[in-house]
Amino acid sequence: MQPLTNRAQAVNRAPLTWWERIYLPAIIGGMAITLKHFFKKKPTINYPEKTRPFSPVFRGLHILNRDEQGRENCTACGLCAVACPAEAITMEAAERLPGEEHLYREEKYAARYEINMLRCIFCGLCEEACPKDAIYLSETFAPSDYQRKQFIYAKNDLLIPHPEKEPEAYKKALGNRAGKKRSEIG
Amino acid sequence: MFLSIDLIYILEKLILIVIIVSISMVVAMYTTLAERKVAAFIQDRRGPNRAGPFGLLQPLADGLKLFFKEEIIPMFSNKFLFVLGPGLAMLTALMTSAVIPWGSKLELFGREISLQIADINIGILYVFGVVSLGVYGIIVGSWSSNNKYSLMGGLRAASQIISYELALGISLIALLMVTGTLSLKEMVLQQQEGYWNIVYQPLGFFLFLVCTFAECNRTPFDLPEAENELIGGYHTEYSSMKLGFYLFAEYINMFISSAVMATLFFGGYDIPFLDESTLPVNVAGVLGIVALFLKIAFFLFLFIWVRWTIPRFRYDQLMGLGWKVLLPLALLNMFLTGAAILFFDK
Repeated sequence: MQPLTNRAQAVNRAPLTWWERIYLPAIIGGMAITLKHFFKKKPTINYPEKTRPFSPVFRGLHILNRDEQGRENCTACGLCAVACPAEAITMEAAERLPGEEHLYREEKYAARYEINMLRCIFCGLCEEACPKDAIYLSETFAPSDYQRKQFIYAKNDLLIPHPEKEPEAYKKALGNRAGKKRSEIG
Repeated sequence: MFLSIDLIYILEKLILIVIIVSISMVVAMYTTLAERKVAAFIQDRRGPNRAGPFGLLQPLADGLKLFFKEEIIPMFSNKFLFVLGPGLAMLTALMTSAVIPWGSKLELFGREISLQIADINIGILYVFGVVSLGVYGIIVGSWSSNNKYSLMGGLRAASQIISYELALGISLIALLMVTGTLSLKEMVLQQQEGYWNIVYQPLGFFLFLVCTFAECNRTPFDLPEAENELIGGYHTEYSSMKLGFYLFAEYINMFISSAVMATLFFGGYDIPFLDESTLPVNVAGVLGIVALFLKIAFFLFLFIWVRWTIPRFRYDQLMGLGWKVLLPLALLNMFLTGAAILFFDK
């Protein structure tokens, strides 16, 4: 039969020679191989202490953004929910009352904002759809849990820390993605 | 006066027994950790590193886990023998340490303490007697489990140990012809003055090593507990600390076998290229213990290294190797040794 590729190799079916039949050379060769692996560098990353460096376009958990004065950016326009191919986003809008100007940046805000992390496919289309830079994907990924209902993240779980009250946590959560267009991230 | 000296002697030996048994236990415990670490390293993994620094508390965690596991005694088992089995395995594993010289001697409180529990003149025969008894723990446990896999494991263990004990004994006879003594202490003293026995008996040592692997039920001879054929073999029905005893006895056996091999062929507590008699007694004693334990550590590493390199034999291959290769080689070795002794001594 014509070989289909040029990678075919004939199997050597010659009977074992005396040298091969005493097996010891093969055993010593095998032990040399395992000893070589013994001193090899281990590819494992010790996870909780060390994490893999993420690519700048990594799409992890969502974050709801605030502006510099700590006011929520989201206006509950619903574009993210429409853009979401997995239909993971639910929201309810409410009107800003007088005296709430320090909480919400514009007249309308999201009273309820939920993302079902089990439905979400982390495609990042919500981020692209958002006209207010209110939602973006961070570099953390969803932690495991015992119950399904814990995976429906409400506004409390998603909101970024307050930039004036907790400036360090805010900076950490902001990462390097907020306020950047996809083309800028690369 | 006579009586009081005797009492102190007994106390001294009792303390020595406690120390040696606990050291055997601790070494066996940490050999389990070493086994997992070496296995991991050979397979390019990191191994247990969560319990304590470098996973050093892992054996304690494992032991604790085994203690808290549910203990199941099968309904149709022979309960007395079922409990006796792991106890016997552990007992025989620990008993062998009595005749091994762990070091030369120490001078404490004005007394000269020999670091050997009993220097009996048939030391090596005692080792062999107890090692052969070791298989009873496995047979009793496997038979009383009333489980076909356990029984097959036990039968395999019995026939394997009988087959390999022959070659082991005959390779040892050649060694005894060279040394002319059965006492382990005297063998070490001889090797301290002359060369290590490995020089006179390289083939004998190799046969002894292979047979020791079989006696300890270690890979490539671990057919009694072949997981993928016998779902655990002789300890299929065991759980909790009884299982722990079986597993632990295997590691203690490894430790004692390493000590026996180091004593018989590698000079025991002898430090190479150093005349111990020039050093103070206590320094020489401690250095000797360190030297012996380094040799033991090397053999333990060899046990583990081989386990994670060589696959298991088929049962007929195992029997063929024992009867058709090792036994004739051991006889040949005995014959050559005898001829050499006749030729050179005359």
